[in-house]
Amino acid sequence: MIITVNGEERELPAGATVAVLADQLLAPARGVAIAVDGEVVPRGEWPGTPLEDGARVEVVVAVQGG
Amino acid sequence: MGELSIASRTFHSRLFLGTGGFRSHEMLQAALKVSRAEICTVALRRLDPAARGSILDVLKSAGVQILPNTAGCYTARDAVITAQLAREAFETDWVKLEVIGDDRTLLPDAPELLVAAEELVDDGFVVLPYTTDDPVLARRLEDIGCAAVMPLGSPIGSGMGIRNPYNVSIMVERAGVPVVLDAGVGTASDAALAMELGCDAVLCASAISRAEDPVAMARAIKLAVEAGWLARGAGRIPRRTYAEASTPDEGAAVFDHPR
Repeated sequence: MIITVNGEERELPAGATVAVLADQLLAPARGVAIAVDGEVVPRGEWPGTPLEDGARVEVVVAVQGG
Repeated sequence: MGELSIASRTFHSRLFLGTGGFRSHEMLQAALKVSRAEICTVALRRLDPAARGSILDVLKSAGVQILPNTAGCYTARDAVITAQLAREAFETDWVKLEVIGDDRTLLPDAPELLVAAEELVDDGFVVLPYTTDDPVLARRLEDIGCAAVMPLGSPIGSGMGIRNPYNVSIMVERAGVPVVLDAGVGTASDAALAMELGCDAVLCASAISRAEDPVAMARAIKLAVEAGWLARGAGRIPRRTYAEASTPDEGAAVFDHPR
């Protein structure tokens, strides 16, 4: 299946979860958050949340600002 | 300086440090140490796999309260989602709520700000909204349940100081929550003025981070905040149009001048 991650298309095996994606992206152990189709997915729910084809995912971290 | 209380947390420092604009994490760390700030803003951006080191490490090791912002959001909806992401990423329900209405001035969009503030307060957030220097809007934000109000002195990064001190004074007079001057500070005297006007704290980012010597400016602004706070408490003399002699006339010597 094809999903969009931070604006770029990415291929993942069908049924892959948010946790699988986070691993692939080498997301840091903390200070990261993920939204799928405009809804925040709490970290504890990453392993149990499968992504669907066409999902739009935002993966964000802390940067300097404000 | 007396303690600053926001949402049942107390702080000894009345200077918030915005972390935007520092050339490096090392520079931020050095300025943060000198500033003695206890509250620091951070922003959220897309994960960059090439990025090295996290600003979170710098802030966690300093033990400061992290204040995530919603910079770059132009709608209430985007700001709410960004705040929710920040809560998840940083395990804090504090948020510096920014909803911008115009990309040139970066001025707040008041109607969207009110919508976002209400939604976030209902969702249990400690909301510190970045707002225009409008006392009526500040009152509305307070009524909604915001934990503080953060009026601009002038546009973000402009260094133009406090353009409407009268409005800031009125906000302070009426506010039942802390007033934190946010945006516009260019140098130490601007921060001192904010405190003399009665603000409870000052947030500085660019004034420190983009100064030629950020560490020296961090110290200058820290001292200015303290000086302004002390001056406010000391009670300044009223302004008057004409002089009032500080030396008494009585007993002055009289000289006869030969013609």
